[in-house]
Amino acid sequence: MIALIDYGAGNVASVANALTELNQEFIITSNEAEICRAQKIIFPGVGEASYAIRQLHLLNLFTVLRIVKKPMLGICLGMQLMADFSKEGNVTCLGIFSVTAEKFDERKTKVPHMGWNDIEIVKESKLFNGIKSGERFYFANSYYLSVCPFTTSMSNNEINFSSSLEKDNFFGVQFHPEKSGDAGLKILKNFIDI
Amino acid sequence: MLCKRIIPCLDIKDGRAVKGTNFVNLVDAGSPVELAARYSKEGADELVFLDITASNEKRKTLFSLVSEVAKAIRIPFTVGGGISEINDIEALLKAGADKVSLNSSIVKSPKLISEAAKRFGSQAIVAAIDIKNNGKEYKVYINGGREETNLVGLDWCKKAAELGAGEILLTSMDKDGTKDGYDIEFLKLLASSVSIPVIASGGAGKKEDFLDAFKLANVDACLAASLFHFNILPIAELKSYLGNNGITVRI
Repeated sequence: MIALIDYGAGNVASVANALTELNQEFIITSNEAEICRAQKIIFPGVGEASYAIRQLHLLNLFTVLRIVKKPMLGICLGMQLMADFSKEGNVTCLGIFSVTAEKFDERKTKVPHMGWNDIEIVKESKLFNGIKSGERFYFANSYYLSVCPFTTSMSNNEINFSSSLEKDNFFGVQFHPEKSGDAGLKILKNFIDI
Repeated sequence: MLCKRIIPCLDIKDGRAVKGTNFVNLVDAGSPVELAARYSKEGADELVFLDITASNEKRKTLFSLVSEVAKAIRIPFTVGGGISEINDIEALLKAGADKVSLNSSIVKSPKLISEAAKRFGSQAIVAAIDIKNNGKEYKVYINGGREETNLVGLDWCKKAAELGAGEILLTSMDKDGTKDGYDIEFLKLLASSVSIPVIASGGAGKKEDFLDAFKLANVDACLAASLFHFNILPIAELKSYLGNNGITVRI
């Protein structure tokens, strides 16, 4: 069973649709006990970081998401919330990846970074089984995490940034696998198979 | 590198896709869900659904339609047409839309942009802006192009970006339906004046028009309706042409 976290700041429907297409059992939940019982956790997110973190505190999920030992996949804002800090609303985040979410420079590039971009795999990851560098995924983000020791793939938008990260049981993707056609479904399937 | 996007637009009336030119001679074009799946398979990067249903009663069908579309396709899509309240935006996003496009409502109430962007993120809010050149300047039109406003085209685009819109969907009413090419002059000015992505709309008639919009006006995406509906220009053929001409596209 997969726990798909609904904390009022994620497009849960799209991820749920993708999991249904992959014939996966899942529950949509914001309940700590249910999250602890699940074998895997998907942590989606769209919207604004400080609002999202406030929601996690209100639902009493902030601590549990930091200490779970099961595979957890953060998507887009979900991934950025796994960093130490976000400059979007200047908020302390979950502190899983020691890096800060920064905003793209509007003087150099269009913000949001919106559309299909390619990734370059820089470190082996189970998420990328059957996926090669150069594969394209759908992104929609104004903030980014820099390339850091946890980066498993990167993309370029005037500067290189992390398109995925990994540390122990924690995985994060900046792009939306649930909106990225067959390649995106493959990423979700790889996560499910971990 | 970020790809330039090709976006088919589907007009929806009473829950069905319709084809026509300039909102007249509408004919039933079938199930929006099936059309969406077809476009997605043919290589569309995103889809836009524009609801032109007149009665509020029948507009309710839009929500279930959005949910059906979200189940059927794995690419992002935008829903627009008559959206004027935060609650509507929330319901559409919850049903599985990735973005909403707002047009007349934000002219009447610009703060809707900032409220919606704050609540759902800029990436979910598309400012759809219809402009027409009156000989002296570009004016903004609302209510499906029927009503002229006092707003000047470029000023309103900049304001929408400032208020937190994530993209501008710019339709040139002078060009719409002409198949004469996008309004390169205005789009070029717009793309260099705002730091959010610009989607060109109105006037696409052939492959070269898309190339011009990307190369000369530096827009981020091109939208077209009839060219794709009537299969005059298959998406795969367009993308391969663009790719061969130095435009980064997802093939």
